[in-house]
Amino acid sequence: MAVRAQFENSNEIGVFATLTNSYALVAAGGSMNFYSVFEAELQDVIPICHTTIAGTRIVGRLTAGNRRGLLVPSSTTDQELAHLRNSLPDAIRIQRIDERLAALGNVICTNDHVALIHPDLERESEEIIADVLGVEVFRQTISENVLVGSYCALSNQGGIVHPKTTIADQDELSSLLQVPLVAGSVNRGSPVVGAGMVVNDWLAVTGLDTTATEVSVVESVFRLGEGLKPGDVQEGLRDTMVETFY
Amino acid sequence: MDSDAPVSFTPFTGEDSRATILCATCGAPISGSSGVAMCQNCIRLNVDISSGIQREATIHFCKGCERYLQPPSHWVRAELESKELLAMCLRKLRGLQKVRLIDASFIWTEPHSKRIKLKVKVQDAFQNTYLIQTFEVEFVVVYAQCPDCAKTYTPNTWRAAVQVRQKVPHKRTFLYLEQLILKHNAHKECINIREVKDGLDFFFAHRNSAVKLVDFLSSVVPVKSHKSSELISQDIHTSTKSYKFTYSVELVPICKDDLVCLTPKLAKSLGNISQLLLCTRVGNSLHLMDPNTLQTAEISNQTFWRDPFSSLADVTELKEYFILDIVPTGETFGRFTLADVEVMRASDNAQFTIRTHLGSLLHPGDDALGYHLSNSNFNDANFDGLTEANIPPVILVKKHYPRRKKNKSRNWKLKHMGREESEMLPRKQDQDRAERDYELFLREIEEDAELRGTLQLYKDKKAQEAKEAKERGDGMDVDMESVAETEDGGAGLPEISMDELLDEFEEMKLDADGDHNM
Repeated sequence: MAVRAQFENSNEIGVFATLTNSYALVAAGGSMNFYSVFEAELQDVIPICHTTIAGTRIVGRLTAGNRRGLLVPSSTTDQELAHLRNSLPDAIRIQRIDERLAALGNVICTNDHVALIHPDLERESEEIIADVLGVEVFRQTISENVLVGSYCALSNQGGIVHPKTTIADQDELSSLLQVPLVAGSVNRGSPVVGAGMVVNDWLAVTGLDTTATEVSVVESVFRLGEGLKPGDVQEGLRDTMVETFY
Repeated sequence: MDSDAPVSFTPFTGEDSRATILCATCGAPISGSSGVAMCQNCIRLNVDISSGIQREATIHFCKGCERYLQPPSHWVRAELESKELLAMCLRKLRGLQKVRLIDASFIWTEPHSKRIKLKVKVQDAFQNTYLIQTFEVEFVVVYAQCPDCAKTYTPNTWRAAVQVRQKVPHKRTFLYLEQLILKHNAHKECINIREVKDGLDFFFAHRNSAVKLVDFLSSVVPVKSHKSSELISQDIHTSTKSYKFTYSVELVPICKDDLVCLTPKLAKSLGNISQLLLCTRVGNSLHLMDPNTLQTAEISNQTFWRDPFSSLADVTELKEYFILDIVPTGETFGRFTLADVEVMRASDNAQFTIRTHLGSLLHPGDDALGYHLSNSNFNDANFDGLTEANIPPVILVKKHYPRRKKNKSRNWKLKHMGREESEMLPRKQDQDRAERDYELFLREIEEDAELRGTLQLYKDKKAQEAKEAKERGDGMDVDMESVAETEDGGAGLPEISMDELLDEFEEMKLDADGDHNM
């Protein structure tokens, strides 16, 4: 299921939240509205951790994680790290990475099996990523953008990439990731799909500006709706369009 | 056959390999190559490139001078629907710099509606899509008085004033001064000119202009000037002060043809000249002459104000005399010739034999004007001190040309400075006196070529036309009349030749009509 949310008038959900199959991180905002959206969908399913990273609220951009682990930048304070360890299940490995490219959410794009990383990431980091997250790691770009985490939203079911990505690139990436990919946008045409939404295997949260078309694309590629497959976009589209017009 | 012929090869451009994405708003499949997930139609519908541009604005207009304000402080004259106005309006529109202006035109509005409507076409690029948009802008014309107009309408905005005064009962000097000022354009920066008793007040926006006028005056007539300043405001923090300056300029109270009586001391210092003298010219200094000996004296500005004296008699006291006989003595000085002359007073036929300096001008049978001293009472200490022997009974001053008509139409005229009269209307007798003074001044111009040289005279088109019309009319009458005229006024009545006159300009007409615009 795909829901729309807004963090303090910002549509960039992926900036302020991290969502995996086993936990969610949400930035501490001025009000609890944003947290409530996650709580409504995920309460009693997975733990939701209200946190800051290095004192900032851009937790989605500074962290990267999947079902097995969570990577945080070296600027994360000990207190924050302890809070994360207390909030998340013990099975989840939390690891600080001493990496020059500290916005890990921008440079790592991962599901539970494969991770795409920024080509300039250090070798040690790559090893830690493979070890902590238990994934195969590929140094890749998405339509010549090195910030793979910003321009790709990925789950175990599928992925959305930057709208400019060529079919050849999509084919290459999807053969690495072993999931279907589509080029698309969120938040009324924004190409920054990774930062504009968060997704796991059963939930996607997009910005409030996201149109019905975009939501239907998201739902179909991540298989979030009932019985929706990537090829079924056109059927569901009619209903959502009617919904937006009336 | 031609195995070496080039094989056509289409390189893989990647253009076709672009993913098809769905337009974010309408869901139409489009190429993802533009980088924005919206089709061109949706971009056109959703993107408003003119959103940062004002749709309503005000434009300031001064009613007084019909000019528009071009910020910050420029006032520009522009017609409705003119290029200039369009440029000014577009410059006023905030946000127009961010897009490319393609076209702009006026939409006609009622001139009285005080609205100016523009149709503006702008172009901008949004993510590889060129957008052209047309919209209307409405300007409200708001009245605002420009500083120049404010200055002319507000009475107390002058910074410097020049008060020119001459303490004499007639206006001749001022009439002459007016012409001099006009010729030299000395009043150019003047805000206002006001006529007051015994003189004129000139008002200026800047002190320099006032100083310029004072300098001009002191270069053409003997004057005494005094400066005074009034503190308007001062800022003790920056030690800036603003003052109002007033220059009091007093002209010598002696005019041409006036009779003066010097103190014995002054007369002695001027080459032992006779005390009773006639003023022959007022230039930068006073030129005096003894009509009995042709001896002349020049009194400079400083000398005069060290020991000022007033005139004994002026032109209003001149009496008419007939020349019965004239015998030149042979002595000459410049244009003056000394002569013994026998005159008869016109009023009572009393005869006198006197000496005059007008020997070259007068002939038996002519008329002359002169002062009658033998039966005049002058209230002057110097004159009282003269012995009877030193006082001639009559002093002739100038030749008199009898006029047939009082208001003979002249073929020339003078320019006038527009000026503000004092609050009270002049009395009837003052008006008459002013008219008489003006007539006398005009006659003097006609009679004195030297004076004429310093002034600018203009052709009077109206008089000329009237004359031509007359000539074109019934020929017989005209002939008769012209004969009569030559007989009557033919006694050497001075005429000004057309060569000396200037063509008048439109601008001058305005002035002559008493327009306030200086």
